Amino acid sequence: MNDRTREIRPDDIIVFSTFRNENVRLPYFLDYYRKMGVGHFIMVDNDSDDGGREYLAGQGDVSLWTTTGSYKRARFGVDWLNWLQWQHGHKHWCLVVDPDELLVYPFCDTRPLRALTDWLDASSIKSFGAMLLDMYPKGRIDEAPYERGQDPIDLACWFDAGNYAISKNTKFGNLWIQGGPRARKFFPTEPDRAPALNKIPLVKWDRQYAYVSSTHMLLPRGLNLVYDEWGGEKASGVLLHTKFLDTFTVKAREELERKQHYANSHEYRAYAAGLVENPDLWCKWSEKYINWRQLEILGLMSKGNWA
Amino acid sequence: MSVGVVMLVHTALHRAEQVIRFWVAGGCPVVVHVDKTVPRKTYDAFVGNLSDLSDQVKFSARHRCEWGTWGIVAGTQAASELMLSTFPDVRHVYLASGSCMPLRPAKELRRYLDARPGTDFIESATTADVPWTVGGLSEERFTLRFPFSWKRHRKLFDRYVNFQRRFKLRRRIPDGIVPHMGSQWWCLTRRTLSAILQDPDRETYDRYFRKVWIPDESYFQTLTRLYSQHVESRSLTLSKFDFQGKPHIFYDDHLQLLRRSDCFVARKIWPHADRLFEAFLAPDARGAAGAEPNPGKIDRIFAKAVDRRTRGRPGLYMQSRFPNENWENGVTSAPYSVFQGFAELFENFEPWLARATGARVHGHLYAPDRVHFEGEQETFAGALSDSPALRDKNGRMFLTNLIWNTRGERQCFQFGPSDTQDISWDIAKDPSAHIVVISGAWAVSLFQSNANFADLRTEAARLQRIEAEHLRALRSPYAKAHIRIWTMAEFIENPMEALQSIVDLISNKGMRRLTEAPRMVDLNGFGQFLQNLKNQGMHPYLMGDFPVDPPAENATPPKRKPYLVK
Repeated sequence: MNDRTREIRPDDIIVFSTFRNENVRLPYFLDYYRKMGVGHFIMVDNDSDDGGREYLAGQGDVSLWTTTGSYKRARFGVDWLNWLQWQHGHKHWCLVVDPDELLVYPFCDTRPLRALTDWLDASSIKSFGAMLLDMYPKGRIDEAPYERGQDPIDLACWFDAGNYAISKNTKFGNLWIQGGPRARKFFPTEPDRAPALNKIPLVKWDRQYAYVSSTHMLLPRGLNLVYDEWGGEKASGVLLHTKFLDTFTVKAREELERKQHYANSHEYRAYAAGLVENPDLWCKWSEKYINWRQLEILGLMSKGNWA
Repeated sequence: MSVGVVMLVHTALHRAEQVIRFWVAGGCPVVVHVDKTVPRKTYDAFVGNLSDLSDQVKFSARHRCEWGTWGIVAGTQAASELMLSTFPDVRHVYLASGSCMPLRPAKELRRYLDARPGTDFIESATTADVPWTVGGLSEERFTLRFPFSWKRHRKLFDRYVNFQRRFKLRRRIPDGIVPHMGSQWWCLTRRTLSAILQDPDRETYDRYFRKVWIPDESYFQTLTRLYSQHVESRSLTLSKFDFQGKPHIFYDDHLQLLRRSDCFVARKIWPHADRLFEAFLAPDARGAAGAEPNPGKIDRIFAKAVDRRTRGRPGLYMQSRFPNENWENGVTSAPYSVFQGFAELFENFEPWLARATGARVHGHLYAPDRVHFEGEQETFAGALSDSPALRDKNGRMFLTNLIWNTRGERQCFQFGPSDTQDISWDIAKDPSAHIVVISGAWAVSLFQSNANFADLRTEAARLQRIEAEHLRALRSPYAKAHIRIWTMAEFIENPMEALQSIVDLISNKGMRRLTEAPRMVDLNGFGQFLQNLKNQGMHPYLMGDFPVDPPAENATPPKRKPYLVK
C-alpha cells in the first residue's frame, strides 16, 4: 500500500483504476491523464507480478492499494473502487477508467478536463457518459508489438463507426449498448452475450453514490440519465478502448485460466476461440481514428450544448 | 472625458485584478464591488494587491449578491454612486463583471463612446416582446413577490409562486414606470445614471424592485426609460445564453472568433483560459479601429449548440440521444426506399434499379438466412455485419444505423413476407420511408419452386398472413411513410408506368424516360397455380384477380423484350 491521498487538493480531479499485469501500459496511461489535468491517481493492483506495482510506487501522484482477493468476488473490482471512492472521492470529480481506456471528450484537444467539469458544474450535471469504443489494428492483433510509453492508438487506430444496438434498461434507467468489432467477430450468433459498451466514467462523486456493475450503471438511478429522451443531445465522450494489442492474446489465455471474469469468462472464451480462427478485426468499412470531431460527426459522441 | 468601469466581482479575483489593470492602463477608472460572501482575508489581499493603483481603483461598500436577488442591484448602485462622485470626468459608466473580458483596447471604447456622447447602451424591452425568459416567469416577475431563494429553496420558491397564482395575489406596479427587461450589462451616461440614483422617488422604486424576480435584469432597464434622451437598446457586452438561461463560456479556442467579433467586452470567460487573457490583455493589443461590434458569427455558433441540445440530429440514436417514441424528430436520417415483390416479379431487378436510379440497392436485408447487402458483402457501411442474429437483436436500430451510416447516398432494399417483420411498423410510421408493394408477388417464387404442393400450400398461407399483417400497418392511420401498393394483377397491367414513377421519385430527376426495362419472369401458368391453391382450400387474394387461362393477347408475353425502343 502506498497512500498519498493526503496530498489530494480539494478541487483535484481523481482517476480511479484497477489493473492486473498492465505494467507496459502504465506510463502512457498516467501521462495521458496528467496532460488532461488529472491531479491524483488511486489505483488498485490485483496481484500483479510484472513490476507494475513497483513502477507506480515511484510515482508521486499515485496512491496504490494491492489486493490478492478474487476479482470476481469483488464484483469485478467495483467493490474495491466503491470503497475507495467513498473514502476519497467525495465532492471530487472522479474518473473511473482501466489502463487500456483513454477518455475523449468534446474539445479535448484544446480544453483541459477541468474546463469540462467546470461546465458540468455550472450546468448542474453530475455524471458524464462516454461509451467504450473498441480500437483495433489492421491485420493480426499480435502483428505489431506495443512498446512501453507508446501511444496505443498508433497501433490500434481503427474502429467500427455505426453498428451499435441500444436499448433502455428499465430497472436502472441506463442505456444498454452492444455492438462493435467484438459483437461482429466474436458473438455473431449470440449477440446478447456481447459485452456492454455503455459507460458513465466521470461523476461528481458523493458518498451516497455507488457503481452497480463496472462503470455501466450507478445508483441513484438519476445519474444514469446521461442521454436526452426528447430528441435533443446531451454532451458525451468516448473511451477509446485499446485492449486489442499484441498484449491481448496472452491476456485472454491467462484470464481464461483464472476464470475471474463476468459470466464465467464467456467473453474471454469467445476471444480465445475467435483469435485462433480469425484474428483480424479489421474490415473494409472500418473507420480510421482522427480526432474527437470525427467521432462527433459520426454520431458516436456529442457536444450537446457545449460550444 | 472618459469611461468609468463598475466591476462586480465574486470569484477568480486574480483574473479580475488583471482586467482592472487593463482598464486603468487604458485610462478608465474602476470601482469594484466585491461580493460579501468573499472571505475578509481574500478581500483584503485583493485590495492590497491593487494598492498601487489606489488613485484610479476604488472599492465600494459590499453587498451579498445571490443570483436573482436584489443584492446585485444594491451593489451596482453603491459602486455607481462612488464612481460618479469620485471621478467627475467620467461621462459613461460601463457595468462589467469579473468574468468580462475586454476584447478591444480601452482607447477604442472611449473613442466609440465619445462619438455618441448622449447615448445609453442598455438592452431594454417590455416583457411581452422578449422570448428569453427561463422558468416560465416573464410578466409575473413584476406582479408576484419572491422572498425565497430560487437556488437554495427551490421548493419554497415554487410553492409561494403557485400560492400567489391560486389566490390571484398581485403587486401593484408603481405609477409612472413600465417594466422593461434586458441584459444585466449596460453602459449608461452620467446624466441618465445620476438621474436614476438621485430620483426623489427612488425609495419607492427600490422597495418595489427589491421583491421583483431577477431585478438586475429589470431595475436599470426600466428606470432608464424615464430619463434617457437616447436609448440604444443593445448591450455592448457580448453575452450569449444557452437554453437553460445560463451564459455560454469562452475558452482558448474561441480566440479568433472573439477577435473577429469586434465586440468591446465579452463574457463569460473561463478563468483558466490563459491564452485569451494573454492575448486580449496584452498592452499592445490592437483592435479594428472604429469597427462596429459584429457578434453574428458567435450568435450562430451558440444558436447551433442550443439546437443540438434541444432538437439533436434527426435519425441519430446514440449514447446521449435516445428519444422516446414519437420524439425522434425523424425516425431515420434520410429518405430510403423499400421494395416488396419487385425482385420476385422481375429478373435481376436489383442491378437494374441501381443502374436506373444511381442509388445503393440491397437485396433482402431482413432475410432469415443472412443480411443481403449489395453484392453480398459480409459487412457494410459503419461495419454493419451480415449476421442475422446481430440484426434481429435490434431490427429497428439496424435500419436507423444503415440510413445514418450512408448519409448522402440513397438506400433501397427488398422486403417481403419471408423476411423478419420486426421493422414493419417502424417503416410504416417513418416519414422518410418510401415503400412500394406489389402484393401477392411472393406467390411467384412458390409458383417457380419445385416443392411438394402440400408444402407450397402451407407456405402460401403463411406468407399471405404475414403480408396481410404488414399491409395493415401500411394502411393504418399511423402510417406516415410515402406508400404505394398495387396488387400483382394491377401492376402487370402497366408495369412501365409504375416503374417510371418510382424511378422518378428516387432519382429526383424527373421526366427522364426509362430506356431499359427489367425483364419480367415468365408468368405462364401462374393463374392455374393460383387456382390450384384455391382448389386445395387456400384462398390467395393479395395478388388480385388472375384469370385461370388468360386470353392470349392480354397475357404477359412469354419472352418480353429486354429493351424498350422509344
